[in-house]
Amino acid sequence: MTQQNVDSTKTVPQQFDASPDFRGLETRGAHAWFGTHHALADVSLRFPEQTVTGLIGPSGCGKSTFIRLLNRMHEFIPSAAMAGEILLNGSDIYAPSEDPASIRLKVGMVFQKPNPFPAMTIRENVLAGIKLAHLKRDNHDDIVEQCLSRAGLWKEVKDRLGASGGSLSGGQQQRLCIARSLAVEPQVLLMDEPCSALDPGSTLRIEETIKELAEKITVVIVTHNMQQASRVSDFCAFFLTDGGPGYLVEADATRKIFTNPTDSRTADYVQGKFG
Amino acid sequence: MITNSATDRYQGIEPLRPWAVTRSTRLKNLSRSLAFAFVAFLVTLVTPLAKIDGWAVAFLLINIAWIVGQTSRLGVKERRDAVLRVVFTSLAVLAFIPWMSIFITVLLKGYRAIYPGYFFSDMRTSTPEDEFNIGGAGHAIVGSLIMVAIATVVTLPLGILSGIYLTEVRGRLTFLVRFIVQSMAGVPSVVAGLFIFTTIVQPMGKYSGMAGGLALAVLMLPTVSRTAEEVLKLVPDDLRSAGYALGARQWRTAIMVVLPTVKSGLITAGILGVARVIGETAPLLLTSLNTNGFVWNPVGGTVASLPTYIFSMFMYGTEYSTSRAWTGSLVLLALVFGFFVLARRLGATAAQKAQTDSRKAKKLKKKS
Repeated sequence: MTQQNVDSTKTVPQQFDASPDFRGLETRGAHAWFGTHHALADVSLRFPEQTVTGLIGPSGCGKSTFIRLLNRMHEFIPSAAMAGEILLNGSDIYAPSEDPASIRLKVGMVFQKPNPFPAMTIRENVLAGIKLAHLKRDNHDDIVEQCLSRAGLWKEVKDRLGASGGSLSGGQQQRLCIARSLAVEPQVLLMDEPCSALDPGSTLRIEETIKELAEKITVVIVTHNMQQASRVSDFCAFFLTDGGPGYLVEADATRKIFTNPTDSRTADYVQGKFG
Repeated sequence: MITNSATDRYQGIEPLRPWAVTRSTRLKNLSRSLAFAFVAFLVTLVTPLAKIDGWAVAFLLINIAWIVGQTSRLGVKERRDAVLRVVFTSLAVLAFIPWMSIFITVLLKGYRAIYPGYFFSDMRTSTPEDEFNIGGAGHAIVGSLIMVAIATVVTLPLGILSGIYLTEVRGRLTFLVRFIVQSMAGVPSVVAGLFIFTTIVQPMGKYSGMAGGLALAVLMLPTVSRTAEEVLKLVPDDLRSAGYALGARQWRTAIMVVLPTVKSGLITAGILGVARVIGETAPLLLTSLNTNGFVWNPVGGTVASLPTYIFSMFMYGTEYSTSRAWTGSLVLLALVFGFFVLARRLGATAAQKAQTDSRKAKKLKKKS
């Protein structure tokens, strides 16, 4: 049942860069199951380097499932299954020779709920990935300053790097988590509704951070906030479900999705007519 | 700028605690409780209710009657709430009584034999019925510490590893491991002693501290393992996911993220295990026996321990030896308490220490 869904001539989306030596993250006919529940069907998308792609759509349409497929977090659910291909710079991340841990090192993730390590200080939190993955780095002080600056947190915490990560406010904790995922220098950063629990000020800071990140890496962000999607993303992908598995309705440049989408359902959704 | 004008503008406004209980109310409550206690005492004199338990019942009933009277003008819900509060407070105090009673009994009966030498000398040159200023339980304290240390060194890694297996690895043997740990918790301590007696004492041909420590380890493992599992279950899955998303392998995440998060809980697991076995007597009678002098070598024959010391002193039966036994019990209690305090200190993570340090710094600032 895996291969029949993969038809690369049909499923490569034309609206994105379709050159054969494409660099970035690409999915071809991706499906996901939880046990017998078919959660996501036939998603083919390209996430080019140095772009931000927003995934939008109503709750339960498989957006989170989809991004968890992209860094092999999906397989932690015992009954999970998948089909299709997910390629990072042209090589299949689900190939038997690939090591899931090193994939996750290249494809980082920021979760919906801030989850700094409570037993570690702010500094240790930023450096956690380096220690966890046995990376060799000498300039720890520089990394801490650089990552916290990129996450827009440095000014607020530079005088208390020894404080507990849990002593920060919710927005600060989320920015700490972003700094933590930047320290291992991922090629792709997946963000699963990173601002859903944050106040407008923190949200704005994180959006600025996302734009800065896109100068170097690929960002994929799930969001329920249409304004946010239009503000930060270069491309948008609209997901939907009709009670069955979630599927991709259309994906295009963000401006086109918001002004002149091909599918009427997309137009209805971005204008707030349903969902 | 802003802070200056704010302090000016809000001058003369003092921080208040309108919800706090004032001293006069507290005094009133205390004197009423004392009055009720006296009335309850009078009740025990004229009714079949007698002794401390009778007094407690009378005291509780008087309190309930009073609270019902107080709340008679209020609704049924308020009255029920007030009565239940009295009942639960009394039950809490009731649960506290046996604990206090044990502690006070041991303290009162045990303090007589305490002198500095009690902790440093043994019983080689003195007999149990000597005056309290010669001899001591130093050898028993040392023996107990050595054996408990052996048991801890064996069980703490094993207990934590099995906890990790049950919560992190969740392998195929999860059910079997949990089942074995649970059945081990039901092993009578004398059986653990017999087990070590046949597997270690008999082949070695002698009693030893090592054998005693291993017998204690058999009893300690289920406690440590169960507690470690419960503690590890408390770690939110979010943190594991965060570790994996950073490219860490499962073992690395377990050791660097999960274990440090519950460090104090794991140390508590060890302490609970120590508290479970430090007073065990039966297995030690079969494995390390008892002796009158200091033994530092864990494989050098019979070793004294606090429980066997207490046991033998009680068996001797004279006034002085019985006091010595009570003092031994006091030392045993103090040791467990000391371990708990030590564990709290060791268990604080760097982040927690930073927090308490900043709190202390703030307090100092306020004072100056």
